[in-house]
Amino acid sequence: MSDVILAVEDLTVSFDGFKAVDGLNFYLEENELRCVIGPNGAGKTTLLDMICGKTKPSAGRIRFGNHQLTGMMEYQITRIGVGRKFQTPSTYEDLTVFENLEISYPKPRSVRGCLFFRQTPAMLDRIGLIAEEISLQDELHTKAGLLSHGQKQWLEIGMLLMQEPTLLLLDEPVAGMSARERELTAELLKRISDGRTIVVIEHDMAFVRLIAHRVSVLHQGKLIAEGTMDVVQNDERVIEVYLGH
Amino acid sequence: MTPAIFAMQAFNGLSLFTILVLMAIGLAIVFGLMGVINMAHGELMAMGAYTTYATARLFESTMPGLMDLYFLFGVVFAFAITFAFGFALERGLIRFLYKRPLDTMLATWGLSLILQQAFRHIFGPKEVGVPTVSWLQGAWAPSALPGALFPLSRIFIVGLALVVSFLVYLLLFKTRWGLRIRAVTQNRVMSGAAGINTERVDALTFALGCGLAGIAGSSFTMLASTGPVTGQQYVVDTFIVVVFGGVENLLGTFLSAFIIGELQSTFEFLMTGSMAKASILLLVIVALYFRPNGLFASKVRR
Amino acid sequence: MGNGVITAEVTPKDKAPAAVRPLASRISRLGLPIIAVLLLIAFPLALSEFRLNLLAKYLCFAFPAVGIVLIWGYGGILSLGQGIFFGLGSYMLAMFLKLESTESGSSAQALSSFFGSNLPDFMVWNSVEKLPWWWEPFHSFAFTLAAIIVIPAVLAFVLAYANFRKRVGGVYFSIITLALSAIMAIVIIGQQGVTGGVNGITDFKTVLGFSLEAEGIRTKLYLLTVVLLLIAVVISGFIVKSRLGKVLVAIRDREDRVRFSGYDTALFKAFIFSVAAVLSAIGGALFTLQVGLASPSLVGIVPSIEMVIYAAVGGRLSPLGAVYGAILVGAAKTYFSESFVQYWLYFIGALFIFVVMFLPEGLAGLPARIKRWRAKKVSA
Repeated sequence: MSDVILAVEDLTVSFDGFKAVDGLNFYLEENELRCVIGPNGAGKTTLLDMICGKTKPSAGRIRFGNHQLTGMMEYQITRIGVGRKFQTPSTYEDLTVFENLEISYPKPRSVRGCLFFRQTPAMLDRIGLIAEEISLQDELHTKAGLLSHGQKQWLEIGMLLMQEPTLLLLDEPVAGMSARERELTAELLKRISDGRTIVVIEHDMAFVRLIAHRVSVLHQGKLIAEGTMDVVQNDERVIEVYLGH
Repeated sequence: MTPAIFAMQAFNGLSLFTILVLMAIGLAIVFGLMGVINMAHGELMAMGAYTTYATARLFESTMPGLMDLYFLFGVVFAFAITFAFGFALERGLIRFLYKRPLDTMLATWGLSLILQQAFRHIFGPKEVGVPTVSWLQGAWAPSALPGALFPLSRIFIVGLALVVSFLVYLLLFKTRWGLRIRAVTQNRVMSGAAGINTERVDALTFALGCGLAGIAGSSFTMLASTGPVTGQQYVVDTFIVVVFGGVENLLGTFLSAFIIGELQSTFEFLMTGSMAKASILLLVIVALYFRPNGLFASKVRR
Repeated sequence: MGNGVITAEVTPKDKAPAAVRPLASRISRLGLPIIAVLLLIAFPLALSEFRLNLLAKYLCFAFPAVGIVLIWGYGGILSLGQGIFFGLGSYMLAMFLKLESTESGSSAQALSSFFGSNLPDFMVWNSVEKLPWWWEPFHSFAFTLAAIIVIPAVLAFVLAYANFRKRVGGVYFSIITLALSAIMAIVIIGQQGVTGGVNGITDFKTVLGFSLEAEGIRTKLYLLTVVLLLIAVVISGFIVKSRLGKVLVAIRDREDRVRFSGYDTALFKAFIFSVAAVLSAIGGALFTLQVGLASPSLVGIVPSIEMVIYAAVGGRLSPLGAVYGAILVGAAKTYFSESFVQYWLYFIGALFIFVVMFLPEGLAGLPARIKRWRAKKVSA
């Protein structure tokens, strides 16, 4: 039985009266690959936003390892090992693939460190490795803005990997990708899940089936079902609100 | 500090408020809609003032008998000319800098320099004043406040500012056009998809903002004389009013203008004019530290 | 690759014309030696001392311009108030020089002593009885020098960090810098007893014992300015090429994303803003040294925004370009004020509009622009 690495308890947030997430309890075990699914507006992205510090909850606690994430700033949360990939690819468009990865290298992050940093062979090796992992080794000196949509998604995953996170939060990593690209991404995720805990938000059920250990279903800010894909797919409530008949 | 003096002080603050509120509403609407700050906004106020002056000159030379009417025409012309200029400005310059708010500031600053020099060329470097129409001459001396004198001209412009503010409110919240403006302000992409001609909205809204500055300029002529750099003197105050009031809603702008107008005239009572201005600006900057989104900012998703 | 990056088995590929080479090569390898030769050798030989002094004046404005390149071009922060720091440097050195002159007994001081006072002349005229406490430390050159660097740095850092930590946006921050420069000018003018008011602080005769009117002193000061400027450009180039520079560019383009890469973005922005403030202050001090006055007309809104145009003309991404920009615009200003005074505002106003609309990367970006334009023609 693995340890619980992420504990979300009683999490609530409202925007102008609308409860996007409502008293949510959510637990992740170490090295799990959990998919979070649910209809639009269910609060999936908001949940990730709160874990990584983008949004402040109105109530509740988020514990990661032995840190209380609620109240920490985004960069602090990132530094303790949480990596977030956003719904719309957010890479640094004006920098090359190489530079995008370079910036994501977890050291140094201080002003002084960055000022006097000299590129080390270790860092360069790592960039080369990750670039291969995400199939962008030929595009290292292309500006990120010029990549295709799928390539940008991969670059973002690559940037995440550079950070050496223990918890990855991926928001719709295959949105807008071709079938082949989805396959490749599924393989990539399976490779990188070794030694890491991953949460994936997705709508593509085939993709979810390919990668998930367990699935959580959110609806109107609450958790309505949780378990393996089979269990969830046959859950009555889930069928009613999301998967259809 | 007799009641009379207190009342007159408060009224002085209102006069400043008059100018600030119209300028600020004009700026806030544009900033809320397009995210641009027009650094030439002050010069548009000056343009309105100069137009009123030109109207006075025109009436004097061609229809001296109708001088009593010139001011009303002056206000209308001021609006019309600054509105038209604003429209041309948006189409000719601003729209190319869409999504580049900092660059827009620089470009409009350049424009303000050009306009200042143009005023100097056309109207001369010295300040010009306008005659007060007969029906606005004199002052109101209410018997309830012995010793207090409220110049009619100033009462008129305060009234004008209130009326215009109300009209803007009606326009934005009770008309189709207002609806379009608000829609585009909140969600440009969806509004475009819903069939609203966002370019038209941008151009007309910007023009409206400029027109309001023009009316402010017209009102200004009742307070002081106008020179080429007059606009620049009110620009920083206007920006601060807008930033302090928050761009979420116009009530914030309105109240911000009122607060700052009154505060400034109160400070002027206590210290020299320039130190009063400096103190107010500093006070607002500090206040902004505690409320970075302005007075009435609604809770944003952060 | 020409920028010292070890790439191991990674092979660089130059793609289609629109792909831009890494930031590092923006500081063109040739540009610095050329300008160094021009400024250090060519101009001093070719120009009279008077014109050299004028050139020195323009170069003083290159300092804040270089600072603006760093914070605006690379950090995305448009400061409309660099005059604040330029003014701080300018006035602090002026205070030192004035005190020195007062003590050494120059002509105007004779008047003060006639009145039995050893205060600076403008204080006497304004019936100030005692030297304000904050003037006292400026008797010391060491203190003055340190103050010129430290005070603007600290003020800038505090201002910037406080704001950026609160996530104050770009336009709002610009307006705050604008308002602060207005405030500073107003206060200086208003407190004329202790600041010299609208006339500023003038009439100093010596610096550290050396006469400011001696033969050849202007040339020496010019060379000092050039050397310091070149050092500033080199340091700026270093900053820009470093990892810090890349993080700044990322912050400029997508600040919230950078936080998720683990950086305290407010700190980075405050740092670079602080650097720009120090550069501006040094420029201000050198200005006072060479022009012989500190004036509120260099502190307010108009001069502050003018400093931006120097950077814009040269190219907002090029510290070296800022030097060219300052020289060109400065020369234009002199030309207009000598021949067509009333057209200067038209010129600079139009320049603002033109650069923003048609030359957003300034003169430094011209070669790349031409290259892209040619490439388009070829593929058409």
